[in-house]
Amino acid sequence: MRKTHLAVIIPFLLAACSSQQAPTQSSTDASFEAKLQQQLLDAKPGSVIEIPAGHYHLQRGLSLRTDGVTIRGAGKDQTVLSFKGQVVGPEGLLVNANDFTIEDLALEDTKGDALKINQGKNITIRGVRVEWTGGPKTTNGAYGLYPVKTQNVLVEDSVVIGASDAGIYVGQSNNIVVRRNHAEYNVAGIEIENSVNADVYDNTATHNTGGILVFNMPNLSQAGHSSRVFKNQVFDNNTDNFAAKGAAVASVPRGAGVVVNSNDKVEIFDNDIADHKTANVIISSYFSTNYYNTKGVAADYNPYPKGIFIYDNRFKGGGDSPDGIKLKTLKTAVFGINGKFPDILWDGYVDQRTLVNGLPPDGERFCIQNGDVGVINADGPHDYKNPSTDTKPYQCTLPKLSPVVLDPEPKA
Amino acid sequence: MMKYCLRAGLLLALLLVSACHRGLDPVAFQADGRPPRLSDWHVVEVRGGKLVLNEGVVPYDLNTPLFTDYAHKLRTIWMPKGVSAKYDATDTFDFPVGTIISKTFYYPKTANGKFSDVARTYDSSRDFAGEGLDLANVHLVETRILVRREAGWAAIPYVWKDDQSDAELARTGAVIPLTLVADAGEREDFNYVVPDESQCSSCHAQDWVTRKIHPIGPKARHLNRDYHYADGPENQLAHLMKVGYLTGAPAPAEAPRNANWMDTHASLDARARAYLDINCGHCHNPKGAANTTGLTLDVSAPEDRHLGICKPPVAAGRGTGDHLFDIVPGVPNDSILPYRMDSADPGVMMPELGRSTVHREGVALIKAWIAAQSGGCVAIH
Repeated sequence: MRKTHLAVIIPFLLAACSSQQAPTQSSTDASFEAKLQQQLLDAKPGSVIEIPAGHYHLQRGLSLRTDGVTIRGAGKDQTVLSFKGQVVGPEGLLVNANDFTIEDLALEDTKGDALKINQGKNITIRGVRVEWTGGPKTTNGAYGLYPVKTQNVLVEDSVVIGASDAGIYVGQSNNIVVRRNHAEYNVAGIEIENSVNADVYDNTATHNTGGILVFNMPNLSQAGHSSRVFKNQVFDNNTDNFAAKGAAVASVPRGAGVVVNSNDKVEIFDNDIADHKTANVIISSYFSTNYYNTKGVAADYNPYPKGIFIYDNRFKGGGDSPDGIKLKTLKTAVFGINGKFPDILWDGYVDQRTLVNGLPPDGERFCIQNGDVGVINADGPHDYKNPSTDTKPYQCTLPKLSPVVLDPEPKA
Repeated sequence: MMKYCLRAGLLLALLLVSACHRGLDPVAFQADGRPPRLSDWHVVEVRGGKLVLNEGVVPYDLNTPLFTDYAHKLRTIWMPKGVSAKYDATDTFDFPVGTIISKTFYYPKTANGKFSDVARTYDSSRDFAGEGLDLANVHLVETRILVRREAGWAAIPYVWKDDQSDAELARTGAVIPLTLVADAGEREDFNYVVPDESQCSSCHAQDWVTRKIHPIGPKARHLNRDYHYADGPENQLAHLMKVGYLTGAPAPAEAPRNANWMDTHASLDARARAYLDINCGHCHNPKGAANTTGLTLDVSAPEDRHLGICKPPVAAGRGTGDHLFDIVPGVPNDSILPYRMDSADPGVMMPELGRSTVHREGVALIKAWIAAQSGGCVAIH
């Protein structure tokens, strides 16, 4: 039911937004803005700030610093906060608080991140739409829904369109559920970064550059591990990468379904992953991002993905037109002009110091139980000289991760 | 430049000895609530065409101040009788309940007399008349009050009325269109932004877990400099000790001291680090809002990746400007840090709040500092 609902709503939104007019700040909007800012300042624990249906233009980013507040609109297509004329930013809404819920409204065209929740526990984002209405552009804000350094986080039934970095980005957080969301025309649809215990399921990611990403970046407060990506619809993420260079996602090739970079203990199962021109799944190390340098990366950073388990997914199509000259050349060399990459592309970086009989130790291996799915080890460490399509090294299993339990459960 | 600063200090000194508080009610500590007018505090008030300081209200300056769209600033501190702040070598002093700090943002007027035209200048020689800020020459914009109450510090913004008679409470801040006019006549329109109460906390809460707010300026390293008081120049730490506002401070020579970013006798490194400390370090510190980035810019950050050297950005988005590293030693134009300082686009610029224009001289300083570094960043595969 839910998917049908979204499928109907999304084309409608896109159509509605294509005929937009340049909005002007009306006095009504100005008084609305002042009132909303005042409500955020006056909020007490337990406050519910209801925003009625309407399309409101705001000049200035909003912020909230009180625990236990709920912000609720009349629906993600009915209550729209537009930041098209934003002069003070960068966020649409910046939250530094615990026990925060936001639901049923839209944030549009923020200069920077749309909704940033920096530091806090028990965070619920439900039925929120974030959209940059001019389509995918480098000048769009970076992140759509952006909880960072948060604990016990739920992001559900939300829609993010057009982020120039990641649509839904959960960073440096613990205990996370991201479900039933729709991400499209972002550089990264959904990204879990440097986070521990994340369940990402029942989402749809399409028309992004990369669909669902699980990354670890260096120099941060915690290394991520233990994410499960399952039951998602990930298809046709072939939009040209429009991130500014230097952003981590700028290294993601166009046409990537699910991407794991430098993260550990990641399970990818029971997903429908289809028609990605580079590869349906990419497993890679931070070395492949081209940002690794000895001065700028903490010495204890582990750039290798470890303990990656891929099983029971349904793959279809893809691999026929990889992004970038190196991958194109590799594909042609191994599979011919009309050939295609197999569903899984691994860059081949492995921590040589840990190998036992040529393989990583138990628990750190890269295991695949997915029928006769193909894999290419691209031999990145040797500049793609000796790629291999042997699947024997991946014939293993890993202990399955436990489901994430939100505690406390968010209020319905 | 230094000449002007000196002269301003001398003139300001006069108001401290004179009976400038004639006709002012005593300073009123407000234990709670938010008085509707700045004058309700009786800290600084307009009298006879001047903004004057009340009795016991002590002005101070910082070695290197925060940049706020070229605004000039009058900073004051007041404490009730019989209490004082405890010195700390690193952090904000431990101020007693009752302390009131004020910061008034203003601009010198331009020759054409148009109210919304303000001068882009470091020259403060015309700002002061004998008994305070001379309203014939300056345009008052806002005054921020930081008050130490039982429950902790509170930040309360006031915006000056156009008739310059008083400032009114502006909890939700304000956007004031102004035009910066340089000596040579160059004009730059901008929106002067008064932060709302919550945005005040963005900078003043240096720990985003406790979310407690603190003053930023009153730290030993920022205050450790001379000020021209009525009875001559004196080190500010020593003066605060003398008037009983501070206890436990060592001799000034033993206390930390940031460089004055404009003092060309100081090293480029010391000037740049002082500039980054005051402009960036309140967020970019190990506990601050920007600790999500792994970039630390307070004065204690080691000169390595923590400071951004060859460090890949984390969540800069389009703020990277297509550059790969925060600082590429020797190559400022490939570095993200000056790129973000050189922008006034809310989606790109750093700091995120507190300015709407580019601080050209600040950008030039940081670029020169990076250009003087050796090394470069080589990616490895």
